[in-house]
Amino acid sequence: MAESLPKTPMLDELEKGGWPSFVKEIKLAAKKSPMAVDLLGLLERSYKEKIGHWKHGGIVGVMGYGGGVIGRYNDLPEVYPNISHFHTIRVNQPAGWFYKSDALRSICDIWEKRGSSLTNMHGSTGDIILLGTRTEQLEPIFAELSKVDFDLGGSGSDVRTPSCCCGMARCEWACYDTMRTCYDFTMKFQDELHRPAFPYKFKFKFSGCPNDCVASIARADMSIIGTWRDSIQMDKAAVTEYAKNGMDIQSEVVDNCPAKCMDWDGKELHIENSYCRRCMHCINVMPKALRPGKDRGATILLGSKAPIVEGALLSSVLIPFIKMEPPYKELTDIIDRIWELWCEEGKNRERVGEFIQRVGLGNFLEAIEVDPVPEMVAHPRENPYVFYEEYFEAGDEGSEEEEK
Amino acid sequence: MAKTVAEIADAMYKLVKDATGQKKLKATDLTKAMVELYGDEVDKQLCKDAIKELMNSGKCVYTYFGGSFIELPHREGAAND
Repeated sequence: MAESLPKTPMLDELEKGGWPSFVKEIKLAAKKSPMAVDLLGLLERSYKEKIGHWKHGGIVGVMGYGGGVIGRYNDLPEVYPNISHFHTIRVNQPAGWFYKSDALRSICDIWEKRGSSLTNMHGSTGDIILLGTRTEQLEPIFAELSKVDFDLGGSGSDVRTPSCCCGMARCEWACYDTMRTCYDFTMKFQDELHRPAFPYKFKFKFSGCPNDCVASIARADMSIIGTWRDSIQMDKAAVTEYAKNGMDIQSEVVDNCPAKCMDWDGKELHIENSYCRRCMHCINVMPKALRPGKDRGATILLGSKAPIVEGALLSSVLIPFIKMEPPYKELTDIIDRIWELWCEEGKNRERVGEFIQRVGLGNFLEAIEVDPVPEMVAHPRENPYVFYEEYFEAGDEGSEEEEK
Repeated sequence: MAKTVAEIADAMYKLVKDATGQKKLKATDLTKAMVELYGDEVDKQLCKDAIKELMNSGKCVYTYFGGSFIELPHREGAAND
């Protein structure tokens, strides 16, 4: 039985309201875990003093691995001895976050025995986050997790735990098998996941369609987003049915199309598919009438990140369309070339998107041997002072010799 | 003649040891140094294997200080032992 709870008037405020409360959960855990008791005390103190009391980083990990454990110590170990070590463990989640209940019980049993019993299901990385344990518990935890077929995830300058939407398991819009691809990539890049060898982190996220439910375009260095390259499938009778049931197709669908590629004459919907930007809006609004095309694959985008060293970036197109079928040779070859270049030329803590901005997309593409295509243009050129010297030859109109 | 994993691991270990207290080295720093030192006698896979060897033997450890580094095992200042 854990000791009595400290007084936490400020934290108690966070238990009020009709939503889940992490304070409530920590208090629940504190009935059994002395670590949770001290955590409440330290957190209340931080709120009062407006000072964080955690020291982060350092040497902790398991033998042979460079990721998966995030070292934390508090700077008041005499006052809060039960959380003098409070390391976080990232556990690689199953693709699509599907578990059998006995798998969840196994993780919780290990964590109640060897950690604080507090978890975060799931962290923004996608991993199962186990919050708070001591250094001497790390190897036993790793061994016990391995016995029940779980592995650690990524942290530091490595491939972070790949994550994906639930894809074909539950979603009719999935244009490729995200769960399989996520699993295959996780297995292929085990070395890069566990042994940090990059200038900084590298994230893969797999979305089955342009709705991008895992927000890969904003969060992954390489965003792999399902798409199609033929025409949107349309059931004309179902479109009519929507109109008959009161949907204003002009204002709700046609006027919201970013490409203005649709036309509604009051009876029939026409789509100029060559202008379609695959935004999914029309399909989301009329799911019974419209579906993605039949020739499906993915668009590969590169370079997004949250603001850490530099500002936030969204991914931009690298490969407009690629079939996502094992063994993904074409894509993994490009990934190898990107990593080789980035490792060679990237600065410490420079994400691949920042690297591309620094060296320029043209130079980057040339180095990774990918031809530029119009889909890569993120926005129109802003600088009018561009010289196309390489296209001019002596004697051409406008060349220097002519001007003389 | 191509170098062996053990030879590269030894050379990397020396680099890490010499840099201790002065500079934290990343895996890429070690790989670049080996390529510079031994030229065609090493390749990146060999360097990867050498780093793996250093880690599995416990001669070096990964550390995190805003990025991942390779260092000699030590008692870190932040640890509340």
